[in-house]
Amino acid sequence: MTFRKYLVLAGVTVFAAAGDSMLSHGMKQTGNISLHHLSGVILAVLNPWVAMGIVLLLAFFASYMNALSWADLTYVLPATSLGYVLLAFVARFALHEQVSVTRWVGIALIAGGVGFVAGSPALTAHGQDELLSSQSNLSGSNFPPFAKGAKDGAPSVDVAQAVSRGNER
Amino acid sequence: MTHLYASHAYTWGGILVIVVASVIGDVLLARAMKQVGDVHEIWDRFGLWTVIARTVGNSNFFLGVSAMAVAFFSLLFTLSWGDVSLVAPAAASLTFIGNAFAAKIFLHEKVDRRRWMAAVLVAAGVALLAG
Repeated sequence: MTFRKYLVLAGVTVFAAAGDSMLSHGMKQTGNISLHHLSGVILAVLNPWVAMGIVLLLAFFASYMNALSWADLTYVLPATSLGYVLLAFVARFALHEQVSVTRWVGIALIAGGVGFVAGSPALTAHGQDELLSSQSNLSGSNFPPFAKGAKDGAPSVDVAQAVSRGNER
Repeated sequence: MTHLYASHAYTWGGILVIVVASVIGDVLLARAMKQVGDVHEIWDRFGLWTVIARTVGNSNFFLGVSAMAVAFFSLLFTLSWGDVSLVAPAAASLTFIGNAFAAKIFLHEKVDRRRWMAAVLVAAGVALLAG
């Protein structure tokens, strides 16, 4: 793991939490949208909080895709849930809201879950041949537009981890 | 009473559709990005446009985004007849568990005991937070 990759994971967490809360704040200002008055959606998008929320959620999607390109799905997903923990701390210490005991227990469980994953290797999924083929795609001057599809069959995990470690810069 | 059971059945059916669509979306997006390759390396060597072109040109990426859209609209519809305090946390936490199974089966990720623990703890935590 490089500093740049930790930054991407931080982006996944922060953008998801900030985007969701801005969207929710904006939607409370614009009010309900019914299926019979879909023009309300356009009015909602013009609300600055909603617009900012959408921009932040796009930033979340970009960092999420970025993280999935070098890490397992089961490694990245807990990072997205860390946003809930962040929001609870913002609610308690910046907005001075009451956070119930049930919520603190929920926060502790999520933090514990993230702790379990944080120490494990980011990438376990790919066999040696596929990693090497994606490297050779990059090193060639005329690489094919898309890397080969994921191969079925049990990957050799130890080799994959060794290669992925060697891959990091 | 029958009406109540029917309403529960609809709500849980809606939750099931949300969870299945989200899991399919996540797995397809994860597979798409593994096919694209390490974004940082491609960005450094060939620039940002190559990253965008390879991602947008990947068919799994489009299928994944479509599945996510299905999940989003099913969430909206389910919320219109179900209780928010049940639908949102149930869908979110079941998606975490579903993703752990799907990642092991379809993406061949090594979901060891630590990752199972993580999936279960995060799912329980999300259920408590949103409940």
